[in-house]
Amino acid sequence: MLEDKDRIFTNLYGFEPWNLEGARKRGVWDNTADLIKKGNAWVIEETKNSGLRGRGGAGFPTGMKWSFMPKPSDKPHYLVVNADESEPGTCKDRDILRYDPHRLLEGILLGCFAINAHASYIYIRGEFYNEASNMQKAIDEAYAAGLLGKNACGSGWDCDVYLHRGAGAYICGEETALMESLEGKKGQPRNKPPFPAGAGLYSCPTTINNVETIAAVPEILRRGATWFSSFGRPKNSGTKLYCISGHVNQPCNVEEAMSIPLKELIEKHAGGVRGGWDNLLAIIPGGSSTPVLPKEICDNVLMDFDALREVKSGLGTAGVIVMDKSTDIIYAIARLSHFYMHESCGQCTPCREGTGWLWRVMQRMVRGNATVEEIDTLLDVTKEIEGHTICALGDAAAWPVQGLIRHFKPQMIDRIEAYRKTARRAA
Amino acid sequence: MSAAAPQPKSFSFTAENLARAEKIIAKYPAGRQASAVIPLLYIAQNQNDNWVPKAALDYVAEILEMPPIKVYEVATFYTMFNLQPVGKNHVQVCTTTPCWLRGSADIVKACEHKLGIGAGETTPDGKFTLAEVECLGACVNAPMVQINDDFYEDLTPELMDKLLDTLAAGQKPAVGSQTGRKGSCAQDGPTSLRQKAKA
Repeated sequence: MLEDKDRIFTNLYGFEPWNLEGARKRGVWDNTADLIKKGNAWVIEETKNSGLRGRGGAGFPTGMKWSFMPKPSDKPHYLVVNADESEPGTCKDRDILRYDPHRLLEGILLGCFAINAHASYIYIRGEFYNEASNMQKAIDEAYAAGLLGKNACGSGWDCDVYLHRGAGAYICGEETALMESLEGKKGQPRNKPPFPAGAGLYSCPTTINNVETIAAVPEILRRGATWFSSFGRPKNSGTKLYCISGHVNQPCNVEEAMSIPLKELIEKHAGGVRGGWDNLLAIIPGGSSTPVLPKEICDNVLMDFDALREVKSGLGTAGVIVMDKSTDIIYAIARLSHFYMHESCGQCTPCREGTGWLWRVMQRMVRGNATVEEIDTLLDVTKEIEGHTICALGDAAAWPVQGLIRHFKPQMIDRIEAYRKTARRAA
Repeated sequence: MSAAAPQPKSFSFTAENLARAEKIIAKYPAGRQASAVIPLLYIAQNQNDNWVPKAALDYVAEILEMPPIKVYEVATFYTMFNLQPVGKNHVQVCTTTPCWLRGSADIVKACEHKLGIGAGETTPDGKFTLAEVECLGACVNAPMVQINDDFYEDLTPELMDKLLDTLAAGQKPAVGSQTGRKGSCAQDGPTSLRQKAKA
């Protein structure tokens, strides 16, 4: 088990004050200027060597993403922080925003320096009103203490940070939709290329990073790449915030090492599955978009990018949604189809029409009012949506249904047969 | 926009809100004032009893030098803008899978029973509007509701009932976990950061 001394998010539960004084006691803003004095090549290299991969779901190597930013030119560079946390099962960034906002701000300064940016926007989901309030107060404190603004921390680097609230749209967590939204438009994703590093916010070079990713950077730079990469398996290194929800005895967030076995994570930190491990039916391991896994796989799988990809799912945001044997698994997934229908931006036909179609057919699958052949049609349609849209929301809508069919087809057939029997009796 | 909503003929910010709007516009580069559309719509909504009339959309368009249609697009795309009046307490129950697994259907029922209205409806006295919404990002504290700006978490039908009683009496309930949990920490105490919990 990860020891407290190796935890980055030491105020995860808000036991201590979130303000500047509390943050300083936790070691935040400690010698930040010295880190900057080592140069931005060092910051990028150390981040690369740490093996840090994006914590927002896609898992792209952070240092590499930074290195894609062009050399300084007459165009300003931007660091945009994605705090639009909306993936069902995920509530980790919220704890950083409300209980440790200075850790994020310190990371923003270092990230800005790495990519030659003097301005950063934090895009926070609109529903996080109280979290935004803490974040804004922390920004004001940091300016007043000279930690942000001109010559931030006495480092010689100018860094302005602005908070921007969204207004209720899951799609704005997609990086190009987020930038559209930040520019005052509907949150509809852009075609890539151009990639944000070339033309992002206001058509300027932009890097978009998740809250947890950026907030981890200061500790990585202070303690060194080797420290961070000593946790987890190669290419899956570091510590990670996990959110454990659903049918466990003690739902909670916790920071643990990457590559921890899923079973150990749940038993050590979430009080185990309700009714015991044998009462487990299935787990969605990384937020709603990642395909569901049946108990047999959950018994041994590790919580990291590669292990979960091998079992045709993903680490995603590490939002672990646990379902015991009392769960109507068909409805649990159907409800996600409703979510994606509601959140589709409507731009691409396969997603706009497909997500509604999935929800309508899934509702019939819940009742069993369908034919067995329609399960194959359902699978076909998910394949027609997947990969045929501008952004990954289409994929995200397709995967949960695919996971259900992959592992729970017999249950879907049983439901259909039971419905027929009842219908016959009624006739 | 509902035809039934009584739309005021005109709208403008109070002097205080206008100053606030100008401060917000200054956060964005020159010529990029459209970026302020969401924050300005929030100000309009706050000033107007938690809903945004059409006159306010036009007013914001004028301030930001945007074609009004662009502001209408934004106002209708994002779920947090109420384009018709809502009750004094806007009760939004999350029913996405993580909350559903922990009993959000019973929370909806408790609200419907107590308030005598269904989702999407407002009580005749204008005190409550009920809505079912998608994931609010507090999954380990499920089931939960958002009422106006605040989250109320770790609910049971009984606790929901109590919450609505408190609000009906015009009082403000304690925000956050209704079972006394600290944030996302496990109910029976933390498995990590224990030293900090004691301090």
